[in-house]
Amino acid sequence: MDYIKLLEEDQMRHDLPDFRAGDTVRVAVRIKEGNRERTQMFEGVVISKKGTGLSKTFTVRRVSYGVGVERTFLLHSPRLEKIEVMRRGKVRRAKLYYLRNLRGKAARIKERR
Amino acid sequence: MKGIMGIKLGMTHVFDETGRAIPVTVIHAEPNRVIRIRSVGQDGYEAVQLGLGAIKPQKVKQPQRKDFEQRQLDPVRYVREFRLTGATELAPGAEHRVEEAFAAGDVVDVTGTSKGKGFAGVIKRWGFHRGPTTHGSKYHRRVGSLGSRTSGGGGRVHPGRKLPGHMGHKRVTILRLEVVKVDKDRNLLLIKGAVPGPKGSLVMVRDSVRNRKGAV
Repeated sequence: MDYIKLLEEDQMRHDLPDFRAGDTVRVAVRIKEGNRERTQMFEGVVISKKGTGLSKTFTVRRVSYGVGVERTFLLHSPRLEKIEVMRRGKVRRAKLYYLRNLRGKAARIKERR
Repeated sequence: MKGIMGIKLGMTHVFDETGRAIPVTVIHAEPNRVIRIRSVGQDGYEAVQLGLGAIKPQKVKQPQRKDFEQRQLDPVRYVREFRLTGATELAPGAEHRVEEAFAAGDVVDVTGTSKGKGFAGVIKRWGFHRGPTTHGSKYHRRVGSLGSRTSGGGGRVHPGRKLPGHMGHKRVTILRLEVVKVDKDRNLLLIKGAVPGPKGSLVMVRDSVRNRKGAV
């Protein structure tokens, strides 16, 4: 029996929606500041999903005040309160790293219906 | 002192209460069988021999097989001695389980046989610096000078000189690792960080000899 797989499955989350690269998501992250805990929103385009099992991660990119910001989250992290899929994107590859070199109109993604 | 042995299964991570991912090594520590007790009166020191892994009697070498037979114990693949105080309270044939040995938060030392690296050069084995790869250099990954002509009375290499040779596959003990979790239903021991050896190899876990915080 694969005990490691069992251990990982115990900790995996099944309450999160399905999403893929190109989708626009809003991630609610729990952040601890001293003793206070609050939730921070991070909205942007998913540009990559990688890894397997418990260590699967996804990267969200947004451009805020003209500066590109990317955050990578552990998909199964208990710190993620909620993931909302705002928009489904139509893209032709799994990793959208090319978006880093585009800005404005060129960085738009068509919606998937 | 407490101790147990098990099989290294591999690594993963677990999330703690604050949501941080803690890297852990998973050790499958099935109940160890007490094989023999060493006592001060008889042997001059206190220790316990533990056994792990059922095995067919015909797979054991004869002298050891006879020993198992005489003591009416089932033969085991691995027998290792642990210097445990209070070992005399244990009886041969008894089970020694993970949850008896350790609890989450304990600080332990883990001993195993490191992964064999084969015949390794001086850069991989001792962390020497590499020479330039280009610009006409022919000195890439070589050993370099072994000493001056007059060193050690002339014309000889000092003993202990770091040279290429076999690397890995030797007994290694990592001190002061933290037990993250003990899963007594599955007989698993989760230890923070990496542990010597490949997956499927035998590792011995004991109470740390450098337990105190900051002590070296």
